[in-house]
Amino acid sequence: MTMGFLNWLLLFIPRAIMQGTPLLFGATGEIITEKTGNLNLGIPGIMYVGAISGMTGAFFYENSVVAVNPVLGILIPLVSCLAGSLFASLIYCFLTVTLRANQNVTGLALTTFGVGLGNFLGGSLIKISGSAVPYFSVSDVSRLFRAKLPFASSLGQIGNLFFSYGFLVYLAVIIAVVASVVLKRTRVGLQLRAVGENPATADAAGINVTKYKYFATCIGGMIAGLGGLYFTVDYSGGIWSNDGFGDRGWLALAIVIFSVWRPALSIFGSYLFGGLLVLYNRINVPMQMIPVVQMLPYIVTVIVLVSISAMKKKENLPPASLGLSYFREDR
Amino acid sequence: MRNITKKFGEKVVANKNVNLDVKYGEILALLGENGSGKTTLMNMLSGIYHPDEGEIFVNGEHATINSPNDAFGYKIGMIHQHFKLVDIFTAAENIVLGINDGEKYDIKDAAAKVSVISEKYGFDIKPAKKIYNMSVSEKQTVEIIKVLYRGADILILDEPTAVLTPQETEKLFAVLRRMRDDGKSVIIITHKLNEVLEVSDRVAILRKGEHIATVNTSDATEASLTEMMVGKKVTLNIDRSEPVNVTPRLVVRNISETNQDGVRILKDVSFTANAGEILGIAGIAGSGQRELLESIAGLGRLNSGEIIYHRPKKDLPVSFFHKTYAQVVRMAKEGKFHYEDGTPVNFDGMSRVRIRKLVNDGKILFNEDEIMNLRDHTPLEIRELGVRLSFVPEDRLGMGLVGSMDLTDNMMLRSYRHGKWVFVDRDNPKQLAEKIVSDLDVVTPGVGTPVRRLSGGNVQKVLVGREISAAPKVLMAAYPVRGLDINSSYTIYNLLNRQKEIGTAVIFVGEDLDVLLGLCDRIMVISSGEITGIVDARTATKEEIGLMMTGRKRVVENEQTTE
Repeated sequence: MTMGFLNWLLLFIPRAIMQGTPLLFGATGEIITEKTGNLNLGIPGIMYVGAISGMTGAFFYENSVVAVNPVLGILIPLVSCLAGSLFASLIYCFLTVTLRANQNVTGLALTTFGVGLGNFLGGSLIKISGSAVPYFSVSDVSRLFRAKLPFASSLGQIGNLFFSYGFLVYLAVIIAVVASVVLKRTRVGLQLRAVGENPATADAAGINVTKYKYFATCIGGMIAGLGGLYFTVDYSGGIWSNDGFGDRGWLALAIVIFSVWRPALSIFGSYLFGGLLVLYNRINVPMQMIPVVQMLPYIVTVIVLVSISAMKKKENLPPASLGLSYFREDR
Repeated sequence: MRNITKKFGEKVVANKNVNLDVKYGEILALLGENGSGKTTLMNMLSGIYHPDEGEIFVNGEHATINSPNDAFGYKIGMIHQHFKLVDIFTAAENIVLGINDGEKYDIKDAAAKVSVISEKYGFDIKPAKKIYNMSVSEKQTVEIIKVLYRGADILILDEPTAVLTPQETEKLFAVLRRMRDDGKSVIIITHKLNEVLEVSDRVAILRKGEHIATVNTSDATEASLTEMMVGKKVTLNIDRSEPVNVTPRLVVRNISETNQDGVRILKDVSFTANAGEILGIAGIAGSGQRELLESIAGLGRLNSGEIIYHRPKKDLPVSFFHKTYAQVVRMAKEGKFHYEDGTPVNFDGMSRVRIRKLVNDGKILFNEDEIMNLRDHTPLEIRELGVRLSFVPEDRLGMGLVGSMDLTDNMMLRSYRHGKWVFVDRDNPKQLAEKIVSDLDVVTPGVGTPVRRLSGGNVQKVLVGREISAAPKVLMAAYPVRGLDINSSYTIYNLLNRQKEIGTAVIFVGEDLDVLLGLCDRIMVISSGEITGIVDARTATKEEIGLMMTGRKRVVENEQTTE
């Protein structure tokens, strides 16, 4: 019984980590964004754009060479993913920070736009590839992204548990830890948090509010975009199918709340949510109960939301100016 | 500052050709009414706004100040009226916020430097304390250290004493003098004459955005400054009439209230508000004034105590409007009525028709005021009981009026239940709005303008006008002149005085002690939810009230009226 459970766990945890990694990228990116007071509901769309940009880069590179160069095979999808998500983030920043449009409306529109753009480009690439099935793949690039650490197989179960993933999984953790340290312990982090808490105060203290909002939203968007890239080139094995990314962007937004705006906590939150996302595959539930199991992450989020507002600890509340535009010459 | 002009939009000129000099080692007071452009002028010095015209010179050199950072570069620092602090940060974090000196960011180092500055000027502050745990005076201290930490030589303080008790003000002035002696320039923006005379070396007076004069404080008097400030001589004394026919109207007995966090906001509060009298309530902001008024208005949740309303009925006719026939007969039996000539009423042996006729003809009069307990009634129930209670809350556009609705609609907030079938009556409220606009000189394009677009003084006139139009027996006003200029303030004082003269019990929560002493008949002082005393406004002194506000002095209850 115990051995059985242990084995089940050893199989389940890697799945949870792999499912959780796109969520972790998304959540870390959104936390950095929200810490400057920008509620970017466009994150699901930006992750889509990141995914399709990376895939587009990979597709054209793979189809233009005979043998894929390991360095270029990684760099080209990576750079095109970052460029795509930067572009989408800049749209959001320009509308909400420069033109001071409503953040919720802009974010939701950006998500619709991002998903649509992803499916449009995805559909076009499927057509170009001449595939008979509704997907295209970049298997050579995917192999590079999925390369395990060389010593993983020699370490048995431990290796399987900790070292059997593509490099983006580790990058996600590193980014979350670095973000946590930067936010908490550096001057940039202090000023960034001040912008999100009280932009008028930050402005009076000589901090360039607009610059910080642009900076954090774009960095955050690019990190979130990596989540989309990971999902397509690594998790899905380099196969793109339209709408394949699903609702993971929204889950990432839920993790932001779950982790009370702390990147370090979002590592745990992402893996937990990732696990809950695939739990129905690993336990015996009747078919009709699967949606109930899939609801779990959202139920957990609601419970966390209720309990943080019940605790009334100011440090656990969302950034005070979240969702608000900042006008300086407002009297 | 030379020929400074700043406009907001096309019409609003905040500053016009202002010339101003500040020297090192002096305290300069910038004096002017609300809206005279003091803060705007200083915001240009501190880089929040840019002047449209004119130049600024620092140490004789032309200075371009486009951002607060530029201002710090010229060693200029401003302490804003509304504190610019991040609530969830510690004092030290707030102090170092925005500093990019190239050194390694180390909050412990910063905390040590803060302690050094505190010692030098005599501040009392814990660098690791979170802002949301601080009192107003502590927050102000953080603001001052913030600019000193940046090495500012020119400090601008915007209305620094508005939120302080007299004792805290004294402490602040001592600090300012120490800074002056240290060779720094201190500019204090204020509209309080006594403070100008007490602390400043020179006074610059602004009026309607223009610089009127700069004089040495030693050559100035309260009267001369006021004249320059308002342009015409305004009597500082409020016309206070002697109270007549003083009878208890509202008796509050031992009420206590605990908020959601379990903190007691009101502790065993007892007092009487009399008809024909203005009862002032003095206290540091947030001492329970708001909760006290709200609990009387039916918005609070009291733990104990009672709120007794004396409905004015004495010598007024009995009617069947609020009483049934059986109630009237029972009360007559208990000997509660009399005839016009004073003889007691006895219904024994009279027919039902006869009794009904006597009552309907208004021949039967009450002996005494009717007594009712308002505790645990909602505002609507209180109104339906026939209690005429008006409330001017401190949060004008939050609790009093709806900013995005026009004047007429705001009048309807009090009368929306009247009207035919499902339709509300808009005609009467519209007439009322027009009457208030003409009676109180409200400056507005029309009664169809959203209230939010009016200036603070006009918003307040609309609110007070609406509340007074209900012909209240009890009128409660919380900070009704906050943010208003002198002329608008006097309009409000006169309205309150007028209400008192027609027999309303007026409760006035104020912050300016001079006004409280000049307007009210009695002043009740509240400190941390406790009544520290009720004093006669004609004989009390500011020092006495200030001490009571901080709870350091108590006046044993000495009610002039008995129940």
